[in-house]
Amino acid sequence: MSYPVGRVHVMADPATFEAQAMEFMPSLYTAALRMTRNPADAEDLVQETYLKAYRGFGGFEQGTNLKAWLYRILTNTFINSYRSKKRRPEESDIEDVEDLYLYRRLGGLEGATAGQSAEEQVLEHFTESEIKEALDSLPEQFRIAVLLGDVEGFSYKEIAEILDIPIGTVMSRLHRGRRALQKRLYEFGRQRGLVAEPQG
Amino acid sequence: MAEDKGDCVEAVHLLYHYLDGELTTERRVLISQHLDDCPPCGQAFDFEAELRVVIAQKCREEVPPELVERVRKALEQE
Repeated sequence: MSYPVGRVHVMADPATFEAQAMEFMPSLYTAALRMTRNPADAEDLVQETYLKAYRGFGGFEQGTNLKAWLYRILTNTFINSYRSKKRRPEESDIEDVEDLYLYRRLGGLEGATAGQSAEEQVLEHFTESEIKEALDSLPEQFRIAVLLGDVEGFSYKEIAEILDIPIGTVMSRLHRGRRALQKRLYEFGRQRGLVAEPQG
Repeated sequence: MAEDKGDCVEAVHLLYHYLDGELTTERRVLISQHLDDCPPCGQAFDFEAELRVVIAQKCREEVPPELVERVRKALEQE
């Protein structure tokens, strides 16, 4: 590994690394599980990410975004090591639906209570496993974009850096992924009778 | 939220940029004004914002305690 000339690099100190990096494990594990969709693979992916991060910690610039740096390692490791295990490549495209897909289909619900519309109350009824299953159903590139944007709250620029793709591609994947997620949630809602069947 | 009203169409078009905090201040102010003036759009945006919160909250996973130990041990062996 080569370092830029003129900068002092301190080799990773286990105590410093642990003190700074371990707190991100819950969100890294959450992301790993949504990426691999398998707890055993997710655990291996997280461990591998920490080992790589530790070995490369000397190249991390203190004061910059450590969480984004760890996510970049996680994502690259997933793409290089885990995705190739799949028997068949995932579809890279999804059916696109209109904006406000879910909201429009819940339109006109009555029974709002203090501070929340009836539509917002429906959201509370979705279970954790339904939300996770809906996210897991998205093709990988859309799933990862939604995960980074909506679950982890990274900015477009951060997602672009983590995935090494242009910002325009980030926006497109994120927005289409979100709409597709709404379609899945609507389907779950219908199955469970949370939302009405379409009229006519 | 009338489909044929230009302001509503523009607001919905920028919905995600707005919620993501990725608009210029000028555009952000314009959209905020529209949301105040147009309750149907305001409600739609509130719903989308709430959906975002629900997704983030309901996707959290508990880290298996043995994973924390495993990673600590692996780091010690480096």
